[in-house]
Amino acid sequence: MDLYEYQGKELLRQFDIETLEGNVAASPEEARAAAEQLGGPVAIKAQVLTGGRGKAGGIKVVEEPEDAEEAARQILGMEIGDHTVRQVLVEAGADIASEMYLSILVDRAEKQSLILFSTEGGVDIEEVAETNPDSIVRIYVDPLLGLLPYQVRELVFDAGLEGDVAKGVGQVLNNLYKAFTESDASLVEINPLVATEDGRVLALDAKVTIDNSSLFRHQDIGEMHDVEAADPGEQRAQEAGLQYVKLDGDVGILGNGAGLVMSTLDVVAQAGGDPANFLDVGGGADAEKISEALDIVASNQQVKSVLFNIFGGITRGDEVARGLLSALEQSEIDLPIVVRLDGTNAEEGREILAENTPENVHTEETMLDAARKAVELAQNGSR
Amino acid sequence: MAILVDNETRLVVQGITGREGRFHTGRMVESGTNVVAGVTPGKGGQEYESVPVFNTMEEAIEETGANASVIFVPAAFCADAIFESLDFDISTVCCITEGVPVHDMMKVASYLRVKDATLIGPNCPGVLSPGKANASIMPNSIFTPGNVGVVSRSGTLTYQIVNELTQRDIGQSTAVGIGGDPIIGTDFIEILQQLEADPETECVVMIGEIGGNAEQNAAEYVQSEMTKPVVAYIAGFTAPEGKTMGHAGAIVSGGDSTAEAKSEALQRAGIRAATNPSEVAELVAEALDERS
Repeated sequence: MDLYEYQGKELLRQFDIETLEGNVAASPEEARAAAEQLGGPVAIKAQVLTGGRGKAGGIKVVEEPEDAEEAARQILGMEIGDHTVRQVLVEAGADIASEMYLSILVDRAEKQSLILFSTEGGVDIEEVAETNPDSIVRIYVDPLLGLLPYQVRELVFDAGLEGDVAKGVGQVLNNLYKAFTESDASLVEINPLVATEDGRVLALDAKVTIDNSSLFRHQDIGEMHDVEAADPGEQRAQEAGLQYVKLDGDVGILGNGAGLVMSTLDVVAQAGGDPANFLDVGGGADAEKISEALDIVASNQQVKSVLFNIFGGITRGDEVARGLLSALEQSEIDLPIVVRLDGTNAEEGREILAENTPENVHTEETMLDAARKAVELAQNGSR
Repeated sequence: MAILVDNETRLVVQGITGREGRFHTGRMVESGTNVVAGVTPGKGGQEYESVPVFNTMEEAIEETGANASVIFVPAAFCADAIFESLDFDISTVCCITEGVPVHDMMKVASYLRVKDATLIGPNCPGVLSPGKANASIMPNSIFTPGNVGVVSRSGTLTYQIVNELTQRDIGQSTAVGIGGDPIIGTDFIEILQQLEADPETECVVMIGEIGGNAEQNAAEYVQSEMTKPVVAYIAGFTAPEGKTMGHAGAIVSGGDSTAEAKSEALQRAGIRAATNPSEVAELVAEALDERS
C-alpha cells in the first residue's frame, strides 16, 4: 500500500523526522487559506500515487497566498500518469543549502533491509546510479541486530559529510530505520533530504510503501488507504477477497491460482488477444464467489468475451462445474464465456457443463484452444 | 531418494486443529505420509485425523521423533511457529500460510543463516515426493512417481504442468513449491542443487514468474553447475508495472523483474524455455529422450 506524500510525512514526523510545515487542500480556496496561514512563499504539490509529477507540472512555487489559489486550480483535476489529482499539499518554503537522497528498502535477493544514501538528491536514484555510482553509499542491515551505531558512522564518513549535516543525517537515518521497521514498510524514500542554511536536516518529500501483509497490526495506516483512487472493479474485488487487476484489453480472464491466471493472460496475448484483466478466484468452487468474480469481470464495459481457466486439484472438476453452473444462474451475463477445465475429474466436469450450459458458454479442453476461442469471440463480439 | 521429504519423513503439522490444517492433514495421511504429530497450543492430548496433538513442538518432537514440519498457523503467528520449529532442530519446514509480513520473514531469513535447516515458503503449496511423502496442499492424485524434479513459485501452475507430465506418463521425483512471496526461505538455486545431486532425478522443471531476480540467478547456476537438463517456464509477460499479480512477490518493478528479462537470461544460459504450460511437458519429453 502506497502512502501519499502528506501521509508519508505524517508518519515520518511520528518518528521525529523533521519536515516542512504544510496542509492538505482539496479546493483552490482551501489552498489559499492554507497559504495565508503559513505566510510567505509556498509550494503547491499534487498528491498522487505515482512518480513524475514535477515534470508533469504538478508542483508550483508561489510568492503570495492569493497566487496559491490559482496554482491549486491548475493542479487539481490534472491527470498525472493515469491518476487524477484530487488533493494538493501546501507547504512552507525553506532555505536549502544542499540536497541529498536517503531510502531504505527490502532487498529480496539478500533478504535484508538495504539503506541507500547519496549526496546527490532531488534526481532519480537510478539516474545517479548511472551517472555517479560512487556517490551512493549502500548498507545492509541484519533485522535481528538492527541498525548498528558503527553502520551509521560508516555511512556518514563514506559520504563525506561533516559537522551539523553529518549529525543531522545520522539522526534522520536512525529515526528512518525505526519508522521503516515499526511501520512494516517495504520502502521509505526521502528525495530530497535537504540541509538548510541554518544547519537543519529535513525531509522535503516522502515516498512510503507499507507491506499489505502487515496491515493487520497497523490499523491506523490501513485507514489511510484511499479507496477512491482505486478502480471500482478493484475496490469491489478487494471487498470480496478476490485478486483483481484491471488492464486495457477486451478478453476478460479469470481462473484459480495466481500463476495459472498470469499464464492465461500470456497465452491469450500469444493468441493475438488483449487481456482485459487479471482475476484469481482462489481455491474451491464456491458458486457465490465465482458469480461475484464473473460480475466484476463483466462490469468492465470493454470486455467482449470471458475466459474462465480452471484447474481442478483438491476441488474436483465435477464440483467446479456444478459451482460454475450455479454461478452462471445467479449472474445474468450474456457475454460469450469460454470455460476450460482441466485436472482432477476434468472429463466429468466437462460432461456436466456440456449437458447443462446456456448458449453463451463454450467449453474447451486445452488452455491454448480456449485462449484462441476467447480471442476469436472478442474480435467478433460487440456490446 | 527424492529430496526434502521421503520415506524417512516423520511429519508434524503446526496448526493441525484449524480448518486448513485439519483438512490437509487428512489428505497427507491418505497419500501415505507418516504424519506423526500435530501441534496447537492448548489442544494437547486431543487427536485429529488419528494424529496425536501436542501443545508445543518440543513435546511433539520428544514424543514422536518428528523431523519435518508443515505450517498452517495464521500469518500473524507464522514467524513464531517457524522459529519454534528451527529451535527444536526440525530439518525441513514447509510454511503454507499466505500473508506473512515481510519484516517477519527478514528476521526468519536471518536466523536461518545460522541454522542447519531448510525452510520452504511461506505462501507455497509445500513439498511432495510422489509415493513417499506429502508435506503439501498439492493434489496427490495428479502425481505419479518418476524422475522429473519440479521447482516452482506458483501452486496451480505447478499442478497444471505436473498433470500434463503425468498424462504423458512422465513421473516426478519431488515437486517443491518455493512460494510466491518477496522473501522466501529457499530460492530456486538451493532446490536445483539438491535435484542435481539426487540420483533419482533425471530432468528438472523450473517455473518462475515476474518479480525479483531469482530466475536470473538460477539461470547462471544452471549454466555453470548443472549437468541435468532443465526446462523452464515464466509467467507474467502481460503483467503491468507496479501491480501485484495475486502473489505478493509477483510485481514488475523495473529491470530484472520482468518476464522478458527472466526469459532472456534463461535463453542466454541455454535453458529450454517453454512459451506455454503444455509446451513444458513436450520439452521435458524431448530432454528425457535425448538423455536415454
